[in-house]
Amino acid sequence: MAIKDYIRERFFPHIWCPGCGHGTVMNSLLRAIESLGMSKNEIVMVSGIGCSSRISGYVDFHTLHTIHGRALAFATGVKLSRPELNLIVPMGDGDALAIGGNHFIHAARRNIDITAIVMNNRIYGMTGGQFSPLSGYGTMATTAPYSNIDHAFDTVELAIAAGATFVARSTSYHVKQLSKILRDAILHEGFSVVEVLSQCPTYFGRKNRLGSAVDMMEQYKNDTTPIGSKAKKENPDLIERGIFVQKEMPEYCVEYDKIIEKAMKGN
Amino acid sequence: MKENIKFVQGNEACVEGALYAGLEFFAGYPITPSTEIAELLSYRLPQKGCRFIQMEDEIASMSAIIGASLTGHKVMTATSGPGFSLMQEALGYAVMAEIPCVIVNVQRGGPSTGIPTHVSQGDVNQARWGTHGDHAIVTLTASNHQDVFAMTVEGFNIAETYRTPVILLFDEVIGHMRERLVVPVEGEIPLVQRLRTAVNEGVDYHPYLPREDGRLPMSDFGDVHRYNVTGLFHDMWGFPSDNPQVVHDLIRHLVDKINNNVNQITNFKSYYLDDAESVLISYGSSARSALHVVELLRPRGERIGLLELQTLWPFPDQLVRRTCEHAKHVIVVEMNMGQVLQEVRRVVDQPRKVFLANRIDGVFITPRDIRNIMRLVQGKGV
Amino acid sequence: MGKLKLKEHVITREWCKGCGICVHFCPKQVLELDDQDKVFAARREDCICCELCELRCPDLAIEIETEQGSE
Ligand SMILES: Cc1ncc(C[n+]2csc(CCOP(=O)(O)OP(=O)(O)O)c2C)c(N)n1
Ligand code: SF4
Ligand SMILES: [Mg+2]
Repeated sequence: MAIKDYIRERFFPHIWCPGCGHGTVMNSLLRAIESLGMSKNEIVMVSGIGCSSRISGYVDFHTLHTIHGRALAFATGVKLSRPELNLIVPMGDGDALAIGGNHFIHAARRNIDITAIVMNNRIYGMTGGQFSPLSGYGTMATTAPYSNIDHAFDTVELAIAAGATFVARSTSYHVKQLSKILRDAILHEGFSVVEVLSQCPTYFGRKNRLGSAVDMMEQYKNDTTPIGSKAKKENPDLIERGIFVQKEMPEYCVEYDKIIEKAMKGN
Repeated sequence: MKENIKFVQGNEACVEGALYAGLEFFAGYPITPSTEIAELLSYRLPQKGCRFIQMEDEIASMSAIIGASLTGHKVMTATSGPGFSLMQEALGYAVMAEIPCVIVNVQRGGPSTGIPTHVSQGDVNQARWGTHGDHAIVTLTASNHQDVFAMTVEGFNIAETYRTPVILLFDEVIGHMRERLVVPVEGEIPLVQRLRTAVNEGVDYHPYLPREDGRLPMSDFGDVHRYNVTGLFHDMWGFPSDNPQVVHDLIRHLVDKINNNVNQITNFKSYYLDDAESVLISYGSSARSALHVVELLRPRGERIGLLELQTLWPFPDQLVRRTCEHAKHVIVVEMNMGQVLQEVRRVVDQPRKVFLANRIDGVFITPRDIRNIMRLVQGKGV
Repeated sequence: MGKLKLKEHVITREWCKGCGICVHFCPKQVLELDDQDKVFAARREDCICCELCELRCPDLAIEIETEQGSE
């Protein structure tokens, strides 16, 4: 199938601003799914609220556009009640890690087979540029007019600490890597987290004088490096890209099947 | 046959009713006085190949059951005041997206953490208006374990029939009290199953287009029809829309599908109402004390009767108005500051003849409490 | 069997928002924005079919259509 077979063409052009990285994340995700040859009926996409969450309206899967921060909890219900389905949960940085932070760590802890994508633009795009838990110290936002004193989470470290069994990071610039990582994340049996640095030129870019979408992508190119690279040793400020964790652990639904077996035997 | 007779807590009667109704998925978070429901279901559900999950909070629990309902399963969660407060946003989502699901609230005293191990009926209005925006909601209650069972089954039936969340508003006394329950044999109470679309693969399916009879056939996530579910106002395919006509029609539909069926949704019991001059109106555990008063005073020649409401929302306006028509006075017996009282006053012809017999101190209202207030109302002094 | 060669840059003009990502990152400077800020292939003969424009486009507005080149 071609990429366009996976989208709801009638809703295009989409609502995202010119140069918004979220469109590129969708592009890479669709390519990952296409390369796996998955049927549209076996995929459920669950999203919350935010610019990022609007992705679910554009893809031709079973789509569940829920409430702010709770996508992983809805997805947990879908997955556990019908484990053969493939769950993909794209979230904004605020959606996933502020209001949804608790669901994020608990889904990771359970190792339920869901692919979580954090579309990190370091800002609340949908509500117009307030700081998020990933904005970071010293950034500017409409609610941090004197500069932000909140420190940022490191999504990767947080996911690893919470027990996610697949953890990766890429950017909207590194699309070949991104597609490959998303593919691996979908194939992974367990909770997978893919953080994607995704530019919001409209708010984060403008507020922090980072230039155009193109300029912001140049920064992704220059400010990131493959995991464990020589460059990282020389310049610790570089952000690492790649797969940080990929390990096998008992998956939640599989474990629950064992509970059912036990219960039915009358143990 | 003996196996069908149990001596149980109300919470267990609710579990039995849910399983009888075909519950397949439960998500919850422990909270007194509802916790036994989660505990029992964690044991019982896997025995029938079904699933239980303890979520990280009540927001997640409510969210998870909505997800599981969309894969075609009968779902439930159970909680009490603080947890019910947390569920409100997702409950509104279930209203908007028309998701069949059952939410049990075993009431305790509030606000806030309140008085966890004591009884209250303070969440009646929260059940009605807890979530934001105009909407209709179904809320059922019961005063004894046989009825807890029956109303739980009824709750699932209504949820499936109208594609709506249904709230079962029990209370601490009912939840924890033990009494006899006879579990009906299979088939004794009719069950409404999920109505699934007959539309074939490849043919346009409208998840949000009501049939002529008002019902909306569903398609399970994972099956051949792919559609969108959202909490935004949406068209008949489930896609977001801000078209004023679409918005207007949807909110009308959401309200009308419940309010136009008040008669079908109304459950109640009446005791000695035919010639009653004093009408007691009550529900849940307080209806037990009210019934006690009626049965005490009838043999003494007092023309007193009881209307026991089992459907609190949509409020049965006509039933209450008719029942109170010829009454000299109406006394609403409840354990809050007059939440159903307000409704009764709203619907009767002479609101001034409606009085409140209540308790708000976490202590179960007794027949004596009710009689004391009745004597005042009847001008007999205490 | 020959190498894949360019058949066409398929551009959905109505979807293109003129962000310039494809133009900037094209390794061969094949693409440009027209006076309406829509992308077009100004130097199609230079295209090496790397598809980076297609992969990065946030709007799914550009596709590289290839065909089998003759030996
Ligand atoms: C309970 C609740 N609180 C607040 C909001 C308002 N709100 C909508 S989207 C959003 C943040 C979006 O930011 P993010 O999750 O980073 O996604 P982005 O738009 O940046 O992709 C907020 C605060 C809401 N919809 N619901
Ligand atoms: S506001 Fe930012 S995140 Fe939202 S669509 Fe525009 S560029 Fe993208
Ligand atoms: Mg964001």
